This record gives sequence, C-alpha cells and structure tokens, in this order.
Amino acid sequence: MNFSEVFKQSNQLCKVSPDGKYLATCVQYRLVVRDVATLQILQLYTCLDQVSHMEWSSDSQFILCAMYKRGLVQVWSLEQPDWHCKIDEGSIGLVASRWSPDGRHVLNTTEFSLRITVWSLCTKAVSYIKYPKACQKGLDFSRDGCYMALAERRDCKDYVSIFVCDDWHLLRHFETETQDLAGVEWSPNGCVLAVWESCLEYKVLLYSLDGRLLSTYSAYEWSLGIKSVSWSPSSQFLAIGSYDEMVRILNHITWKTVAQFQHPSSINNTKAVVYKEVEKRPAVSEDLSIHNISMGSTLFSTQSKYEIFLPPVHLPVVKPDPERANPKIGISSLAFSSDSRYLATKNGGFQVQSLSWHSSGDSLILLGKDHLCLCYMETEQEDK
Amino acid sequence: CGFRISPREPCTYIKDSDSSPVEYRASPQRLLTQSTLHRNSILSSFCTEENVQECLFHITQELASLGLSPVGTGCERHSELDVVAVLNCMNDLIQLHRRELRTLENMEVEQLKSNSSIDYLQITSTQLKEQLELSKRENTGLLERERQLQLKVKSLENHLKNEKEESEHNMIFSLSCKNFRILLRTELAKSKVEQHLWKTDKTEARHEGEMYKTLLNDYDNRQRELLLENAELKKVLENMKKDMVSILKTKKTKEESDDEDIFDATKERVELFSDDAREKLTNGIRLQWRKLKSHVERLDNQASLVDISARSNKDSVSRETHEEEMHKLRLEIQQCKDYIRMQQQLLQRQLSSPCDEEVTSLLNNCYMQQEKERLKGDWKTLEEQRKIFDRERGNFTEAAIRLSHERKVFEENRALWLKHQFLNSSPFPDSSKPQISRLGRKVTARQISFCAVTLQCHLVYRLKYSQVPVVRWANQKIIFNRLCSHTVV
Repeated sequence: MNFSEVFKQSNQLCKVSPDGKYLATCVQYRLVVRDVATLQILQLYTCLDQVSHMEWSSDSQFILCAMYKRGLVQVWSLEQPDWHCKIDEGSIGLVASRWSPDGRHVLNTTEFSLRITVWSLCTKAVSYIKYPKACQKGLDFSRDGCYMALAERRDCKDYVSIFVCDDWHLLRHFETETQDLAGVEWSPNGCVLAVWESCLEYKVLLYSLDGRLLSTYSAYEWSLGIKSVSWSPSSQFLAIGSYDEMVRILNHITWKTVAQFQHPSSINNTKAVVYKEVEKRPAVSEDLSIHNISMGSTLFSTQSKYEIFLPPVHLPVVKPDPERANPKIGISSLAFSSDSRYLATKNGGFQVQSLSWHSSGDSLILLGKDHLCLCYMETEQEDK
Repeated sequence: CGFRISPREPCTYIKDSDSSPVEYRASPQRLLTQSTLHRNSILSSFCTEENVQECLFHITQELASLGLSPVGTGCERHSELDVVAVLNCMNDLIQLHRRELRTLENMEVEQLKSNSSIDYLQITSTQLKEQLELSKRENTGLLERERQLQLKVKSLENHLKNEKEESEHNMIFSLSCKNFRILLRTELAKSKVEQHLWKTDKTEARHEGEMYKTLLNDYDNRQRELLLENAELKKVLENMKKDMVSILKTKKTKEESDDEDIFDATKERVELFSDDAREKLTNGIRLQWRKLKSHVERLDNQASLVDISARSNKDSVSRETHEEEMHKLRLEIQQCKDYIRMQQQLLQRQLSSPCDEEVTSLLNNCYMQQEKERLKGDWKTLEEQRKIFDRERGNFTEAAIRLSHERKVFEENRALWLKHQFLNSSPFPDSSKPQISRLGRKVTARQISFCAVTLQCHLVYRLKYSQVPVVRWANQKIIFNRLCSHTVV
C-alpha cells in the first residue's frame, strides 16, 4: 500500500466528492479542493471563520462550510469560483447544517433545536420547520432523495413528519408510540421507516411510508436497549445492536427475528477463523473484534505477520466502568456489506471509529484512532 | 339547356319547361300567331287596292334586299303577281323566318346560359368577397396578437437578462438587522403560505399519488418474491412426496399400493393455490412421512430380529429347501454320532480287555528296561565327564597355586633387580660396571620387566578366563623361567 505525503487538515474535515473526482479539506478557515488523481490544488476558498463542518452537495457542484460559532454558512461553487453565498442565522445560533438530497437547499438547525431553517439557493426562499427533536438521529432523508423524515416533539409527545423534498410539502404527520424517540431511519427502498426508542427501553417501531404502524419489536424489558440500527442494502433485514452485546436481525416480511448473534469474549466456534497480528515490537497489539473474524491492528509496519489461532480464542476485553456516563458497552456500530451477505459489528470498547465495506462487498476497512486495517473476505466462505 | 326545334313541329318543349327565366317569353307558336296577327294587321294597312303596284314594287325591292327572287313579273308599273313566285317567296320567307327564329332561340338559350353563369359567378364572387373580408379581419387580429406577443417576449427577455445579471453578480442573504429579519420572515412566511394555499390543490394530490405508487410497487415486488419462493417450496414438497411414495410403493403389498395410487391421482389434479389444496398437500406429506417412518422402524425391527432367529421371519423360504437342509443336518449328526461311538468302542476295548494283561505288562517292562538302560548309559557318560572336569579343575588349582608362588618369587627378584639397577645406574658407562657384572647384559632391565609383566598379565588372564590345557601352560612357564634365569644370570 502506498501513501502520499501528509496534508494538513483541521477538525477531521476531509471529504471526497460524491463523483469521486475531487478531495476537499479544511485547514482552519481555508477550504482546499484538490484533484483526487494528482492531488494538485484546484481551488482555494477562504471562509470567514474556522470551519466546523464541511459537506459536498450530492451533485459535487457545491461545498457547504458551516461555522457554528459565528452562526454562518458559506456555500462555494466549483464551476464558478467567483460565486459566493453566505447564510447568516444571526443570534439564534447554529448547531448543525447539512445539504438536502437535491443539492440546492441547505438545512440549518438552530441552537437548542428551536427550528430548522430550509434555505433555497435557487429561489432564495426560506422555509421553517418547527419543533425538531434533538436526539441521536432526528432527521433522515430517503435514499432516492424524495422524502425526509423528521422527529418532532410537541407538548411532551413524539411525532414524525414526512416531507416531500422537492417543495418541502408536509406529506404526513403522525404521533409515534414512543416515550422518548431516539432516531429515525429509512429503509433503502424508501417504503419503511424504522423508529427506535432511547436506550432506557428496547423498542423499535416500523412505519410505512404513508404513516401506518406496521409492527413493533421489543426483545426484552428493564435493561438498556438499542444502541445502533442498520438496514441491509436490499431492505430485507434490519439489524439492531443493543447494550446486551447482541445483534438481532429482523426480516421485512414478518418483522420477527431471523437470527441473533452474541459477542462472547472467548470464541469457541470451530468454524470461526481467528487471525491475530503478531508484531515484533514489544508493545501490546490491539485486538479488534468482528463477528467471526478477529484481526490485529497495524501501524505502517512491515514487521508483523498474521497467525491463525485455533479456537478457543480468548480476546482481551477491557470491562468498562458502568458507573461512568456513556459506558462503552454494547454494539455501537453495524455495517452490512453491499450484497447483504456479511454483517460487521463492533462491540464494546474496541478502538474502532468506523467500519465501512467496499462497494463490491468483499472487503472491509476498519479505522481506528491511529490505525487502519483492511480485511478481505474469501468468496467461498459461507457466512451470514 | 339544349332546345331542339324542328321546323315542322310546334315547339312544345319550351312551353313545358317553365323553370328557366324565359318564362315570361311567349312560345314561338304563340309568338308566331301573335306576330302573324300583328302582321296581318300591319299588312292590311300596308296594301290596298290602289297601291298594289307600289306595294308590289316595294316588296320586290325588299325581297331583293333580302336576296330572294322577285315575286312579280313585268315592269315597274304593271307588274303582276306570279303566284308560283309568290309562293316560293313566301316559302323562302317562312324558311328564313324559321331560321331566324331558330337562331333567336339559340341566342336566347345562350343568353340564358350566360345569365345563369353570370348569376352564379356573382353569387360566388359575393361569397368570396365575404370570405375575404373575414380573413382580412382575422389576419388583422392575428397580426395584432403577434405584435402583442412580441412585445411580451421582449419584455420577458429583458426580465431574464436582468435576473441573470442579478444572480451572476451578488446573492447575499445577509440579514443583520433583527427587525428586518423578522419583517422579512413574516413577509416571506405570508407569501409562502399563499403560495402553498395556491399550490396544495394540485401538488398534494400528486404527492399522495406518488407516495402510494412507491408503496404499491414495493408491495408488488414483495408479493412477487414471495410467490416465487412459495412455488419453489411447493415444488420441493411435491418432489419429496413423490420420492416417499415411490420408496414406499416398492415395499408395500398390493392392497395398500392401490390406496396410494388413488391418493396420488387426486393430489396431482388439485391446483395448489388455495388453502384447501395447501392443506391437502401438507397432510399428504405428513401421511407419507409417517408411513415412511413406520416402515423404517419396521425395517429396523426386522434387522434386529434376523440376528436372533434367522429363518423364522423369512416367509419366502420354501418348505422343500427347509426339508433338505434338515435332512442334511440329520445325516451329519448321525455320522458324528457313529464316529463317536466307534471311538468309544475302541477306547473301551483298549481299557477293558483282561486276557492280554501279561503281554502288555511285559511289553511295558521291556519299554521300561530300554529306557532305563539308555538312562544308565547317559549317566555314565555324564559321570566320566564330571570326573574329567574335576581332574582338570584340580590341575588348574595346583597350577594357580604354583603360579602364585612363582609370581611372588619373581616379584621379589624383579624388585631386587630394579633396586640394583637404580642404584647402579649412572651416566657414565665405565666404572661401576664390574661390580654388577651380573647385570651386564645388553638386554635392558626395562625390557625384561615389561616382558615379564606382560607375560604375567597374559598368564593371569589366561588362567582366569579360559581352560588352558596344562601342557601349554607348562610351556609358558618354561619360557618364563628361561626369561627369569636369563636376567638373573
């Protein structure tokens, strides 16, 4: 694996454009756009303050730079570098800013989630959405960009509003049977909306696009509930990771579990292949646990090799302190491969920031704080 | 309108056809009668008895002008009417007249035609004029509209240019003033609300429609997938059932197979798309599976029983073979019994036969004697060997004792010799030699001692580990003595 020279960036704001041609990085208050192939600087933009959030529009024509402290959003165009746009929320403040799927509207969430302002770049019109809920994932766009689901809270009750994105017309508005809604997520085919409760109760509700409740699922009571949720790309399965270190997979026909996976600290399954990286340096290598495969971490070191360990294998698990806030227990991230054959999960306090699959579905990249690991799956493997 | 007027016939055609505008015209016959009447009246006044000649002259002139032959003969004043000529003249005149009439008719007809065509043309021309008027009016209207639209287009173009310029230059949304922002917000909200009110009628329905369309598509897809899955599973079940039936068929008896045939036939005819059919299929499978299970259990039992009792379950073994085997076995038993009996008899004879007692005892004694003598011989040889061994042992012990004595002596001699040697040894080969002339041999003491030692060792070894014949040992001893004397002397 070859690496280029090191470029500066701040706030981990470094994104490749959706069409894969450009790379945008933020260095303090500057926005640098480079060509992906040659890494030459194509454009250089100067913002008014240090950039807190940066995002490409879906058609790779515009870049949004949000400065939360100043309550400003600046939009830059790649085609016409002279064109500039500044959105000022003023004293109401700015907490979050994002693009709409069509790349022509900017959604700003004001401080204390008082409202969401929809700024249109084409018509210079402004829309307001009241009472959005500040939760883990209160807003989600469907994959085809047609609909937006927003969690709202009015009079101590949770509601979900479904908007049509082309003119921000309110399609449906219904109350959900939750005490404290934590997140909404569309299925990839845009027909089902999964709504889950906060971690105090294990409850996931499935609503159809027209607002009907299709099903409710609850695995257990009186214990910390759902931590993460993920749909399979084919919309056939919904994987729910919970604080009891288990992943449950529901099917889209009956909305009942088809499989449950545990994350034991010792692997006894004879079918599992366990790879451990053995480094020559005396430092202890970190172990990353993925369902059925365990890989060691690497740090640009060529002096390490992978050894296959026969089960039973005991993983070095650090028990988190349950007294502290946000304990690092439970399944915090889930990722399906693109052909829905494999599911990668991260349990506990393992130092993995993100899991992502390659679009071909046979390799997985794990990013840690200062390590990265690539795992290739053999195509002959029969794995879930 | 073609009128044919024959000279003889009265022209009745014209009289009958009254549609033409010639209606007002009198028929030629009437005309003729009228004109004749009229002429008669004129003629009556024209010619009197006085002016006959003048009339005649006049008429002749007239006729001449017309080109007809004169009617009268004679001179100017006294011409008399030629009747024949007059009649001919009259005929000619009538002919002329008729001809003229004809031509007149034709001309009238032609005139009628042209009049009608003129009328028609007039009508068409008026119509066309009207049309022309209309189209002219329309044209002017269109021109007016075109002009208006062009004006509109121009204005829109200008508008567009302005908008473009505006967007190209600056798009600043900066609303720093709070009041201004609130004002703008309310205004925009109002306009937005109005817009929405105006829009929702059409777009709401459209959005709803699109939403339901996506949902329906999703349900359709799901249903299709489920149908496919269902069909596959049903196929698998059918195949399983067929297999089970075929397996069971080969084992069952005829009665039961008939039932199954009927069962199968009904199954195949049933369509598998209703609850009833599904139930039938599942029940059928369950039944077959139960049968198969019972059959397998039975087979297991059979297998276990076969080990215990071989033939009892085999119904297929026929009676004859069974009889044959029994017969064979009986023969065998008989033979064995006979053999045993024979053996027993022989044994009895052997054991219980009193008359041959002495002979047997003698024989026994002979055998015993033989054996005893053999034994004795063996004992003798053994005794002799023992004696020899004892003798030899004695010899060996004596030799060992002697050897030990001689060794002791030899040792003493050696020690003395060595002492002498040591004492008398000097680097100078001269002086002290005569004193020890005993030891003045070339053979060094060391060599001798070495030889003696090795010989001693050899002898000891020999004595210890082998049976040395005495003679050899004696020779050795002689050699040893000779060596010793050699040195001593």
